[in-house]
Amino acid sequence: MNAVFYVSAGVAIVSTVMVVTRLNAVHALLYLILSLLSVALIFFALGAPFVAALEVIIYAGAIMVLFIFAIMILNLGPEARDQERLWLDPKAWVGPAVLAGVLLCELVYVLALGEGHPFTAVNVTPKQVGMALFGPYLLGVELASLLLMAGLIGAYHLGRRIKSSGPEKREES
Amino acid sequence: MASVPMEHGLLIAGILFGLGLVGVLVRRNIIFMLMSIEIMLNAAGLAFVVAGAGWQQPDGQIMFIFILTMAAAEVSVGLALILQFYHHFRTLDADAARRMRG
Repeated sequence: MNAVFYVSAGVAIVSTVMVVTRLNAVHALLYLILSLLSVALIFFALGAPFVAALEVIIYAGAIMVLFIFAIMILNLGPEARDQERLWLDPKAWVGPAVLAGVLLCELVYVLALGEGHPFTAVNVTPKQVGMALFGPYLLGVELASLLLMAGLIGAYHLGRRIKSSGPEKREES
Repeated sequence: MASVPMEHGLLIAGILFGLGLVGVLVRRNIIFMLMSIEIMLNAAGLAFVVAGAGWQQPDGQIMFIFILTMAAAEVSVGLALILQFYHHFRTLDADAARRMRG
């Protein structure tokens, strides 16, 4: 399991460096998803499978989809098609694909281990997490629901298109 | 797995946090800045989970769930702000909004 931890840590660091250095937003997003997936594998190796699943579902799934929607909305225009053609270039996806392949090999290796299966070596079970979450941390759960409500209303309010004020001219430097 | 020393996990979290910080400081595209903030939040959650696994307590994972909630709310508001920013300034350059209207 040590090897799994260190390899996925390496993948996480490499892909995060790529996120910070990419020029194209969608390329950076691909690497960011990869970074989140490798962090999920780190959680798995640490014996926290519940949080690993949450990381994949919520972070790499839901939040990244929000990012993709925003980038797609902002990219409207005739130059978007040329950009789309550019993205089908193998150069764009070979890097993330290789790193994702490394993660897949790790996952297959972990599942093939059998006896050293991480599900049998769970440090903190989901049951413990749930008991603590709805026991001593109940107030925190309520506050989190309040925060999500505020986020929902705030996003709705900010997301409206303001009709009266048209696109103002860009500020000169 | 107790076999991985806790220091290594915390070191990884620190490196990821530093990379996210560098991203916020270096990039001027506002979408990249939001992505870097996500990286930093994720690194903080990683530190919590590593510490929780080290002491065999569920508290670290609970803090990670709270961070996840916070990140979801923050991203939805942040992306709505970015859309408004783009409609207003026709650019994603964060420096376009450096002047306040007093």
